[in-house]
Amino acid sequence: MSASSQQQGPVVRWIDQRLPIFSFLQHELHEYPTPKNLNYWWNFGSLAGIVLVIMIATGIFLAMNYTPHVDHAFDSVERIMRDVNYGWLIRYVHMNGASMFFLVVYIHIFRGLYYGSYKPPRELLWWLGLIILLLMMATAFMGYVLPWGQMSFWGATVITNLFSAIPWVGEPIVTWLWGGFAVDNPTLQRFFSLHYLLPFVIVAVVMLHLVALHTAKSNNPLGIDPKSDKDTIPFHPYYTIKDSFGLGVLLIVYMALVFYAPNALGEAENYVPANPLQTPEEIVPEWYLLPFYAILRSVPDKLGGVVLMFASIFILFVLPWLDTSKVRSARFRPIYRQVFWIFVLACIVLGWAGAQKPEGAALMIGRLATAYYFFHLLILMPILGKFEKTRPLPESISQPVLKN
Amino acid sequence: MSDTVHGHGGEDGETRRDFLVLASAALGAAGAGLAIWPLIDSMNPAKDVLALSTIEVDLTPIAVGQRITVKWRGKPVFVDHRSPEQIAKAAADDNASLKDPQTDKDRVKKPEWLVLVGVCTHLGCVPLGQKVGQPRGDFGGWFCPCHGSHYDTSGRIRVGPAPVNLEVPTYSFLNDTTLRIG
Amino acid sequence: MTIFKFTAAAAVTALLAFTAAASEAPVPPAQSWSFSGPFGTYDRAALQRGFQVYKEVCAGCHSLRHVYYRDLAALGYNEDEIKAIAASVEVQDGPNDQGEMFTRPGRPYDRFKSPFPNDNAARAANNGALPPDLSVITKARPHGHDYLYALMTGYKEPPADMKMTEGMQYNTAYAGNQIAMVPPLSEGSIEYKDGTKATVPQMARDVTVFLAWTAEPEMEERKRLGYKVLLFLLVLTGVLYAAMRRVWSKVH
Repeated sequence: MSASSQQQGPVVRWIDQRLPIFSFLQHELHEYPTPKNLNYWWNFGSLAGIVLVIMIATGIFLAMNYTPHVDHAFDSVERIMRDVNYGWLIRYVHMNGASMFFLVVYIHIFRGLYYGSYKPPRELLWWLGLIILLLMMATAFMGYVLPWGQMSFWGATVITNLFSAIPWVGEPIVTWLWGGFAVDNPTLQRFFSLHYLLPFVIVAVVMLHLVALHTAKSNNPLGIDPKSDKDTIPFHPYYTIKDSFGLGVLLIVYMALVFYAPNALGEAENYVPANPLQTPEEIVPEWYLLPFYAILRSVPDKLGGVVLMFASIFILFVLPWLDTSKVRSARFRPIYRQVFWIFVLACIVLGWAGAQKPEGAALMIGRLATAYYFFHLLILMPILGKFEKTRPLPESISQPVLKN
Repeated sequence: MSDTVHGHGGEDGETRRDFLVLASAALGAAGAGLAIWPLIDSMNPAKDVLALSTIEVDLTPIAVGQRITVKWRGKPVFVDHRSPEQIAKAAADDNASLKDPQTDKDRVKKPEWLVLVGVCTHLGCVPLGQKVGQPRGDFGGWFCPCHGSHYDTSGRIRVGPAPVNLEVPTYSFLNDTTLRIG
Repeated sequence: MTIFKFTAAAAVTALLAFTAAASEAPVPPAQSWSFSGPFGTYDRAALQRGFQVYKEVCAGCHSLRHVYYRDLAALGYNEDEIKAIAASVEVQDGPNDQGEMFTRPGRPYDRFKSPFPNDNAARAANNGALPPDLSVITKARPHGHDYLYALMTGYKEPPADMKMTEGMQYNTAYAGNQIAMVPPLSEGSIEYKDGTKATVPQMARDVTVFLAWTAEPEMEERKRLGYKVLLFLLVLTGVLYAAMRRVWSKVH
């Protein structure tokens, strides 16, 4: 039993002896020994957790006023915007929250890539994170369908049609997904049900992600394991306050969007009610799915495109084994450090290509970026680990500081 | 876990009491509290609900002795065009033993029009007596079938578990033939 | 530090890329609007004039389904004026006790009456083209406000070499330049109650302001609440930064 829970009052002690929630919190949130050299890039994990809470909170209240029916969905969203008290605020926070969630999570993932946070003993931690990403994509996609605008409808049509690429069973699967012969009321109703369910599944996987984190312990910018107590500090108050400051900065960006440019990241077309008889001139997914959309469209074959798109995410599951380098942090890998940024650039170019019409130069650039994406992960990572001359690792986390 | 202090960051007891930390905790808590208000307030009646919170009823088609039910704020409202006998009976009962004493005069604006929220004050059932042939209870008013409350011709509780008289909603007569409820 | 520079550059590139998601219609020239900017508000007089343009011109074909007569209070009308405006139309209600639909004068809690009972009737009356609902039109078009103004003022004689489809009008702002809507505004076609001269650009501006309001009736409240929230967050973040420095000063 931890020393400080002994200092608590009798009520806390009574509960703690039967259900150790207080010593658990004390242990995991308060004392949790954290490397003392974490930089601001380590803020994004907890930021993602907080955005998830904001999304669930606003979502619950939106659901109280939303009607999942093709005849009423668009109108019920407009009613939320106009008649429900603060409905416009809750909806804009939820809508832009999706963008914030992906932004924060993408930075979190790139941080993991730069500092080698996926390497042993953190492979399962990395896997759980990727599962969260997949669940987020599914949730965001289904949430985007709910307002039942033109982009909702046609986005749902295009994405569900991806499954028709599966040989033999593709068509029956799509019909099953739709619950009909096109995206229609049954589709909308099941998407609403799943959109409400999946965030709680995400919460559960986040819990596992945290269990894995607290078992393998946090990585740090040097990528070396803490050697002694000198290398770590308790999570509270050092990282609670640092995360709070990070949250303040995030909220400033987030709320500036919500209050002054709430529709900047959305498509105007989604304020046109869904019309199953007329496709908009251009169907563009939300920005956070654009890189995957670009990969999908870079292959002229239907099945090939779908396979490549899913492969682009699933390949990340084997990254801990594709990366053969023993050194975690890119700080001590002079070449990986350079190609990492080329990889980031390739992902951004993919995002750009996803927003363009798939023709001419944009299509070619998209193809090149797709090729580089896979080249980096499949070829560069295994080879680099073998031949790259890494710089010497410091003795311990506190040593380079002591030198100064 | 031992009580060794990690790294060089000791004395967190002292740190926590630091003014800046306290100030940021207080500000953060206040902000979180304020941020929750929009969520709570979104559950209050919305503008379209409030817009329907007054209704107007045309009284011309209601004959003497006839009772009609209109929906107001999601609940039934009884409009009773009382006959002289019913008015007399209600006035006579002012002196009877009443559970919730109130004179008939205090419950109406014009004696021939009795306006009541048609919800039993016991547990919220709708009392019978609006339609011809329905039981009106022992006092000629309304009878709640759920737990046997009897109301008189002024909508006052006379026998049964209901604690108070049937509620009189806010209403006014815009002119001789138009009643505005709410 | 290089990481920060890299990311900043990447973020800017990304933003540029995402906002460049192309659209076919030409980008309309930017106008200055009283409601743009962080402190922008709607001009009440322009709103009322715009409402008059909508009522006397647009309402013949275009519905405003998401707007209620009671909402007009935001334009500066009082309760009696709103009742009178609502009562000037006959709306369908029912069924009554006999099971029949009937009409009655509109009330403030009614939605704006649509010119057609349904979309098919609207198409039938307009050569097969459906006049869109205008409730959120400025949000439903890229550069909505500027586009609407450009569209209203964009009717021109077609270039000599252009082949116009039967029944279509030439418009510089519309994608493909051929639009089914006949020019809705003409000089002096309405008489403003406040005496403003009803030129085409004036009417186009006013009706755009009105439709900006129907699309975003919460805008003024949003911006007012916004700067309070941001001010609070700036202070909170500043205090948190100082507190963080204080707490971390003990770590070496």
